[in-house]
Amino acid sequence: MRFLTTATLTAAFFALPLQAQDSHPDANRIASVGGAVTEIIYELGEEHRLVARDTTSVYPPAVHDLPDVGYMRRLSPEGVLSVNPDLVLTEPGSGPQETIDILTEAGVPFVPVPGGYSTQGILDRITSVSTVLGVPEKGAELAERIGAELATVEAMAAERAGDAKPRVLFVLSMPGGRLNVGGLNTRGDGIIKMAGAENAIQVFEEYRTLSDEAIIELAPDAILMMAPRGDHSTSTEDILAHPAVALTPAGQNAKVIRIDGTLLLGFGPRAAQGVQLLAEALYGGGEG
Amino acid sequence: MSMLTDASEAVASPIPPIRDRSHSARQMILILTGLLVVTSYFSLTTGAAGTSLLDALSALIHGEEISLRDKVVLWDIRLPRLAMGILVGASLAVCGALMQGLFRNPLADPGLVGVNAGAGLAAVSAIVLVGHLPLAIREATGYFLVPLAAFLGGWGTTLLLYRVATRRGQTSVATMLLAGIALGALSGAVGGILIYQANDDQLRDLTFWGMGSLAGATWLKVLVTAPVILLAISVAPLLGKGLNGLSLGEAAARHIGINVQRVKRLSILSVAAATGAAVAATGGIGFIGIVVPHLLRLAIGPDHRYLLPNAALLGAILLLISDMISRVIIAPAELPIGIVTAVLGSPVFLWILLRRRGVLDM
Repeated sequence: MRFLTTATLTAAFFALPLQAQDSHPDANRIASVGGAVTEIIYELGEEHRLVARDTTSVYPPAVHDLPDVGYMRRLSPEGVLSVNPDLVLTEPGSGPQETIDILTEAGVPFVPVPGGYSTQGILDRITSVSTVLGVPEKGAELAERIGAELATVEAMAAERAGDAKPRVLFVLSMPGGRLNVGGLNTRGDGIIKMAGAENAIQVFEEYRTLSDEAIIELAPDAILMMAPRGDHSTSTEDILAHPAVALTPAGQNAKVIRIDGTLLLGFGPRAAQGVQLLAEALYGGGEG
Repeated sequence: MSMLTDASEAVASPIPPIRDRSHSARQMILILTGLLVVTSYFSLTTGAAGTSLLDALSALIHGEEISLRDKVVLWDIRLPRLAMGILVGASLAVCGALMQGLFRNPLADPGLVGVNAGAGLAAVSAIVLVGHLPLAIREATGYFLVPLAAFLGGWGTTLLLYRVATRRGQTSVATMLLAGIALGALSGAVGGILIYQANDDQLRDLTFWGMGSLAGATWLKVLVTAPVILLAISVAPLLGKGLNGLSLGEAAARHIGINVQRVKRLSILSVAAATGAAVAATGGIGFIGIVVPHLLRLAIGPDHRYLLPNAALLGAILLLISDMISRVIIAPAELPIGIVTAVLGSPVFLWILLRRRGVLDM
């Protein structure tokens, strides 16, 4: 009897934070907005309930068979309604507000999925999505599996890094030869921390372009970028040829790490792979 | 100023000046009204949500029940969008025609009186600095903050320019033009400082604001915008004769008994109000104000009495067509309408230039 009470109380305690999130177990025509949200729905095995995706949802490849309702911050109300959704699951920042208002008017719930750029953020996202979809058991299972994967790679990365945390500069893009880099609390910052390293930028948030002198002054040990997609991306040669980058330890050791953007910045179920790749590139492959 | 004078002759003097085109111009009003009705019908029945809305329309007429989704698509999305398209299209084209008449320059557009620069700066400020505003203001304005700021910014800038350019009751359009360039550069610079401070989300909002869209049209926005635009462009018919007179030059216009100052004041103020409201409601939409008056001058000649009402109709038609393209071409996503008007408008404008090149080279 006493055991039962404890179990009930524990269950109630864990259920509490989830009550804030509405559950829509009957939703069978879901428009998924945001790459991580879409990947989680696939990992939960609930993809048969999807009817549309947004431009940022590009994984798994099967998702391309779904109609694309546009960029998450510029959703068109009629475009979204045209796929007849009974639920729109989104990442925070989706909109605009006018579209949200009209969807609400049409009786289509517009549910944002919270979550930051850390292991906890990824697990929160999984829990939230599974709660909204009405499959909390599957969600708990997935969160446990992903949590374990992340814990393993993070521990490995932390151990390999030791005390000498490498200082990594995340370069989002190089418009006009200037480096647009990730500051604190960006996705780039999050993945660098998870790989046991330190963001070379510690003085600003968001993304900023750096002056050449600032790059030399920062002297990052490595430069992290998304893997090139198509011909228009900055090539590794371009970045190494940058006069200021060439003077940094990263430039001299040609330490430019390129990882697929959806692994690196998605903060979805595949984040552990991104952390693993980054850690291997930073500390050398295998056991070495 | 020689460029201004040269160009003014090209537009202003009817070439050849013999044929009376008022009959065809009046016919054009009827034709365009008919076209506007047809375009409006198509605008209500095309869109990502499919053709079942035709049935919904007939159900509505027969008093039958329609689904909530169809009702929302028709009543909350397409109708306000249609209304906003007509208002903004008419306003952009009429303002373009007014400015070209006033400045006697075929390249003039409402941007010349500083309304776009002011509206743009105010919109950037609102997007970037929203976090620093008192909570009361933010709560009271909601997502009207940016449009409201844009309208006030555009209107305020034009008033300022008007004051700068007016001495002893006479407004110099040349001074206004040059001061507008200076003020535009200043707004650009201040805007640049703000953009540099902006975070990523704000930057993305700014980019899309600049491209314009009718997608955000709601009944509330239409109801707020409509009175301003309607009032402003209803002044236009009073200006037809005055602008025709002005095309002979200011001195000549005065000699034939036109109150030049009144024409200037009314044109500038109504352009500032109508363009300010249009830009505020839909963001930056280019080329309608340039292309529409030029097309019409080819068809019906430069008489402002007919040019202005026809411009309102053709502007509305072209914007509705652009809007239809913007919402079906990559459905269910949507292309910003400013891209569509620029893609359609630029070749047409070039074609007009090539046709009239002999005239402009004079």
